[in-house]
Amino acid sequence: MASDQQTGGAPQGRRAIARARRREALARGWGQFRTRRAGMAGLGILLFFTLSALLAPVLFPPETISVTRATGELLAPPSGEFWLGTDDSGRSMLALLAWGARVSLTVGIAATLISMVIGTSVGIASGHYHGFGGAALQRLTDWVLVIPFLPLAIVLATVLGGGSTVTIIVVIGVTSWAGTARLIRAQTLSVEGRPYLERSRALGSGNWHQMTRHVLPNVFPLVLANTTLTVAIAILSETTLSFLGLGDPLRPSWGATLDQAFSNGAVSAGAWWYIGPPGLCVVLVVLSFTMIGRALEQIVNPRLGGQ
Amino acid sequence: MPEPILRVENVVKHYPLTRGIIFKKEIGQVRAVDGVSFDLMPGETLGIVGESGCGKSTLARLVMKLEDPTSGQIWFEGEDMAHLGPKAMRAKRRDIQIVLQDPYTSLNPRMTVGDIVGEPFDIHPSVLPKGDRKRAVQDLLEVVGLNPEHINRYPHQFSGGQRQRIGIARGLALKPKIIVCDEPVSALDVSVQAQVINLFESLQNEFNLTYIFIAHDLSVVRHISDRVGVMYLGKIVEVGDEASIYEHPSHPYTQALLSAVPVPDPVGRDERKRIVLQGDVPSPANPPSGCRFRTRCWKVQDICAEQEPPLVQIGTAGGQYAACHFPQERDILDNDVPTAALDLSEMPQE
Repeated sequence: MASDQQTGGAPQGRRAIARARRREALARGWGQFRTRRAGMAGLGILLFFTLSALLAPVLFPPETISVTRATGELLAPPSGEFWLGTDDSGRSMLALLAWGARVSLTVGIAATLISMVIGTSVGIASGHYHGFGGAALQRLTDWVLVIPFLPLAIVLATVLGGGSTVTIIVVIGVTSWAGTARLIRAQTLSVEGRPYLERSRALGSGNWHQMTRHVLPNVFPLVLANTTLTVAIAILSETTLSFLGLGDPLRPSWGATLDQAFSNGAVSAGAWWYIGPPGLCVVLVVLSFTMIGRALEQIVNPRLGGQ
Repeated sequence: MPEPILRVENVVKHYPLTRGIIFKKEIGQVRAVDGVSFDLMPGETLGIVGESGCGKSTLARLVMKLEDPTSGQIWFEGEDMAHLGPKAMRAKRRDIQIVLQDPYTSLNPRMTVGDIVGEPFDIHPSVLPKGDRKRAVQDLLEVVGLNPEHINRYPHQFSGGQRQRIGIARGLALKPKIIVCDEPVSALDVSVQAQVINLFESLQNEFNLTYIFIAHDLSVVRHISDRVGVMYLGKIVEVGDEASIYEHPSHPYTQALLSAVPVPDPVGRDERKRIVLQGDVPSPANPPSGCRFRTRCWKVQDICAEQEPPLVQIGTAGGQYAACHFPQERDILDNDVPTAALDLSEMPQE
């Protein structure tokens, strides 16, 4: 396998070997992922939404979602021309959903990235360092955890200047890391007690080495599993904040669409095509992330994964 | 006489026992290691035996400087380890390595064998240029009898004995002078134990290593050790070369320990009288006054409770020391255990 190619070969540069090995690992991981049905289904759903988000400007030119230039009837049910009907301004729902996927996915993933980086760093550091530093980080985590999310997010969004996608990303990112940090801290404490860390200390390893080489790889499956959950929560949070009118009013996210449906009486008008599809999109994307995450965790964790 | 490579002088490790959450009050101490001294000569193997909780592993951690002693000094090649700065200590760690007991938890399950054995080079990058590391790791695997092709495998793909070999390869990576083996074979099958012990022996000759070999299996220790120290409740009660400890032990505790070694010979087993000690080991938080073994000793006199026996030389041959007021060299297979004092009739017979 890998070693055969490398032991025989002449010194072909460390970087080349490392790159080759990474490619191999990726190929192996993909081979394993393919055998997992739920993971593949999730990936399929996610790909579908990603594609529609990317292709939205091509399939549905920007004017189709402009309130003033919409061509459809108001609140028309699904038809041959508008597959998912129209909203109260006569815009195609399909176009709105495709454009909404752009906002929801961007916000969900970017906010999760921020949240994971903060949560994992704080969690590992507070578990690794004993004494004042670790305790202070833990108190900070507890503090962020007990503040109710919604009021904090509303206040933050207003203070940071509401109405922009970046604000929403930052707000969700800096309010949602505490749960991750606690989880990672608990796992860090458990990993720190294992003999291989003591062994590493006996070798004279520093804090950075211990945290990055031993603790991080061992808490990583948890980070990964938590990432999928956090993406789901971030997308839901984005929906919530947009529903409350804190999102970018010029960008039709799924939450904003739901907000409009709600405030324009879609429920009493019986316009199910106005309420159902955005909600369904949120559920499907959240589900797809969860399914992918589960499959990935089984592969990344060598004890769960069958080789 | 050559200089000892490691000199342990009266080291003490007490762990405080506290009560209360906010206002921690110290209500006592666990005396895990309570005044242990020994010299370690280059190239020799010092076996440390004793039952569970007697402080063997704490002693190992003190020697590794994973814990700081409460008092006492540890001198390595003439330098007091307590006074080394962090940087000097890091460099010193290359010379003293440890092999841990449990081969299952002492290897990071997320690192490949190559990464595990190569970790010492990551921590001490100056030892070896990066390009040579893979070669070095493969050589190390070969040295300990593993297939160097297995460098990309994970620990869970190996058996217990193979995992312990991985641990040994990692210990050898930095070419240490001393290896502390903390019960390195007690988690392994007997047949595998023999292989690993033999590996330790051949490595000692090939790499000129000095071992501190901790175990609770007396036959294993006898096989590998040049000298043996017997620990009881945080103290060394008897120390001497392997032959004198095993053939004519003089401390009652050593005698009792040795009489419990299984004999693979039915005739010898019948002839031998086992010394069955009564009671449990006293708590190290509240050790008995005077001699710590007096609560379980059949030779106990008043003086044992009043004075702590010092470690004194036994016999004229030299090299054997025991901490007992009434030491008596005894062949462990003879029958002169004072039956009346032992009251064998009340002891559980196997």
